[in-house]
Amino acid sequence: MSYNPMNDGPDWTFDLLTEYQTEIARVAEHYRLDTYPNQIEVITAEQMMDAYSSVGMPIGYSHWSYGKKFISTEQNYKRGQMGLAYEIVINSNPCIAYLMEENTLPMQALVMAHACYGHNSFFKGNYLFKTWTDASSIIDYLVFAKNYIAQCEEKYGIDEVENLLDSCHALMNYGVDRYKRPQQISMYEEQKRQKEREDYLQSQVNELWRTIPVNPQEERMKKVHFPSEPQENILYFIEKNAPLLDSWQREIIRIVRKISQYFYPQRQTQVMNEGWATFWHYTILNHLYDEGKISDAFMIEFLQSHTNVVYQPPYNSKFYSGINPYALGFNMMVDIRRICENPTEEDTAWFPEFAGSNWLDTLHFAMENFKDESFISQFLSPKLIREFKLFTIIDDHKNPHLEVGAIHNDEGYQKVRSSLSAQYNLSNNEPNIQVYDVDVRGDRSLTLRYVPHNGIPLAESKSEVLKHLYRLWGFNVRLEQVDEEGKKQIIAQCPVEGGDD
Amino acid sequence: MAHFIDRRLNGKNKSTLNRQRFIRRYKKQIKEAVSDAINKRSVTDTSSGESISIPQRDISEPTFHQGKGGDRDMIHPGNDQFSTGDKIQRPPAGQGGGSGPGDASNQGEGEDDFVFSISKDEYLDLLFEDLELPNLQQSQLDKLVQMKTHRAGFCNDGMPSNLDIVRSLRGSLARRVAMSASKRRRLTQAQEELATLLKEPVPPQQKITELETEIAELKQKIAAVPFIDNYDLRFRNYEKRPHPTSKAVMFCLMDVSGSMDQATKDMAKRFYILLYQFLTRTYKDIEVVYIRHHTQAKEVDEQEFFYSQETGGTIVSSALKLMDEIVKKRYSQGDWNIYAAQASDGDNWADDSPHCTEIMTNKLLKAVRYYAYIEITTRAHQSLWREYQAIASTHDNFAMQHIRSVEDIYPIFRELFKKNRQQQGAA
Repeated sequence: MSYNPMNDGPDWTFDLLTEYQTEIARVAEHYRLDTYPNQIEVITAEQMMDAYSSVGMPIGYSHWSYGKKFISTEQNYKRGQMGLAYEIVINSNPCIAYLMEENTLPMQALVMAHACYGHNSFFKGNYLFKTWTDASSIIDYLVFAKNYIAQCEEKYGIDEVENLLDSCHALMNYGVDRYKRPQQISMYEEQKRQKEREDYLQSQVNELWRTIPVNPQEERMKKVHFPSEPQENILYFIEKNAPLLDSWQREIIRIVRKISQYFYPQRQTQVMNEGWATFWHYTILNHLYDEGKISDAFMIEFLQSHTNVVYQPPYNSKFYSGINPYALGFNMMVDIRRICENPTEEDTAWFPEFAGSNWLDTLHFAMENFKDESFISQFLSPKLIREFKLFTIIDDHKNPHLEVGAIHNDEGYQKVRSSLSAQYNLSNNEPNIQVYDVDVRGDRSLTLRYVPHNGIPLAESKSEVLKHLYRLWGFNVRLEQVDEEGKKQIIAQCPVEGGDD
Repeated sequence: MAHFIDRRLNGKNKSTLNRQRFIRRYKKQIKEAVSDAINKRSVTDTSSGESISIPQRDISEPTFHQGKGGDRDMIHPGNDQFSTGDKIQRPPAGQGGGSGPGDASNQGEGEDDFVFSISKDEYLDLLFEDLELPNLQQSQLDKLVQMKTHRAGFCNDGMPSNLDIVRSLRGSLARRVAMSASKRRRLTQAQEELATLLKEPVPPQQKITELETEIAELKQKIAAVPFIDNYDLRFRNYEKRPHPTSKAVMFCLMDVSGSMDQATKDMAKRFYILLYQFLTRTYKDIEVVYIRHHTQAKEVDEQEFFYSQETGGTIVSSALKLMDEIVKKRYSQGDWNIYAAQASDGDNWADDSPHCTEIMTNKLLKAVRYYAYIEITTRAHQSLWREYQAIASTHDNFAMQHIRSVEDIYPIFRELFKKNRQQQGAA
């Protein structure tokens, strides 16, 4: 190919951005990356900090915790303790990506390839995002949420709303439906339905808590168990069943729940999502370099940033803070391509179903149909385990010492792989807490049940969270733990009763 | 497939509201931090904000998460020495190595404080919340001393240099249209009639002549409407309005005799700082005059005022006299809002105290907007206090307070300036 590179900056202009964007889009299409239309917004560092503190939502309701986040981001940034991310990308249609003004042209190109084609195609293609989020309605919904909460603040006072939001945020991770697909609708419909829902919800709750005795004798006969099945979506349960909430409070719980749901897939696909985006910025820019479209200087700068991003410090480095999802994800993607193109004997034995197949088909298949947990258990090869020199530390609090488990050898590969996969399984990392029982005919108290995973106890904060739950529920709440032998034990309650703990 | 939007010019303060919410929520803690911070400042330093620290525990957001203990497998990279079955001593708590991503990292009790900065305005708002300058209401009129010229619409006469040409010509055009409208209407009518008459096979000569004369007359009349008339002229109007002056001077008077030690002076300094900062909220320009005295009074700069040591007896009236002279010389009452704060340990030469009362009531209190006296002592009050008490009971713009220790300063300052001072009376 001829060497006829585009202007490599380092300062960017909108014309140059457009030129690079066009080239990147062309290559992305060549690799069959299917994306939402891109809306690329150039912002300043201050605006980037704003975006940070609203957890990447382009429009968010007001809450002090975002202010706290902003203040600490600002402090750290000003003291030079942290750089800002090069990009933020939002799973919406059109897909909004932020470029920071300070970046050089090669960085902007990297970010465009990474965010606008990597992440964007992941959002559009991955089954979790397809199932759980609706990119076209999220912006409208956020606008609706912001306005609704602002209205409530006006009507019921900032403190009321703030307290409610605090309580919802404490339970935000328990506002997710893991199995049902949530319905997402446009803002217009949302508003229309919201009124109907208010009335309907209230009537349902009233039905459940009806105090007029039906027939005392009949009543005593059947011991009602409510809910009939344990509920994992605590916020949903509160929204539908808490006896004392007003309809606007239920609506706000719903908003927090919806937003939590929207972010749920991102928490499950960190390695894949970043790996995929990193793989594509690397591949697309190398493709352009091979075509002679970008200069050597550009490439050197790009590679420097890229290697920083995918660096994995070893366990004993002072920079070590767990496994770098960019490093793991990127290397797995590259490795899949290698297994497809140049499989070794080991690869054929481990991955008979795709070793030697078309790499692009395989990568697309992997991106579309897996999450971190299953992706690792399917695609992590012994070669990568060796390269990363992965090893297991068994930390059992019953033993006085730590023990080294499987390491990167023949006996260890399978075990390392399944342990690493489990490490990305959200249900192992998030305590399993479900709504177990409500004393419907008695004192209306609510009982949650915690089932520890591998005997790991709940952290101290549980009693604080229960206070929030108590605020929502309005009557006594209790948290009981059931251990492996089925022994029940109350580990927290609100309000605290003397002598019980 | 893609379009660019330049958002750089959009507001960068999307988070301002959230930040305010944060400050609102932790107002109590922040206020404490603010009042702790005042003693570190110079008197006239109002240019900076303040750094605030709040215990991390108070602002945490609790969630359910896994605690320490239990049985977990963690995968780490970079194995350089371990084989399966190796036993490792547990690293001491808080050290890295044992904790992996996402787990134990976000727990841990007793973290650092949450430290952040508030802006100058936020700082002052918090410091002086619910306080106001006394005597502003009733003396509002005294303050109206400077006259300023303001535009005040338009009027019909004035100097030629104030003539507004556009408005005048607009008036002229309107007048001409109005005065000639009926004539023009008649003129067009006549011209049309003339045209029809001329087209007739046998034009009636007499009628034509009549019409032609009328047309000529009308044209003349229209032309006679003057192009510009005295009525049309519009002049820009100016009027003088009284303008409240925003100049203030603050007198700091302090006893530096041997009985005042550095600790007492530091307390006084804090009080002056508060007063100065409080005044900056109302006045744009503030001058500070430092007068120190023992048996003689002297005007000095800030450094000398607070940190030079003197010995000798105490004659308070010397300082009052000097202040009165400076006021007369440099701050003629009309232009300046005069505030004074006097700090002393209460020592005075007994015979001098009545003299102080005299200067105070006859001269100073007539000139100043507010005079605050603080006595910093742990001993019993002496003659000066009693004399001043008599003044306070008869004068609204005189206030006095007794400070025993550092902690008293801020509360007492608030006491002096809190809204609705009526109930307070003589302390």
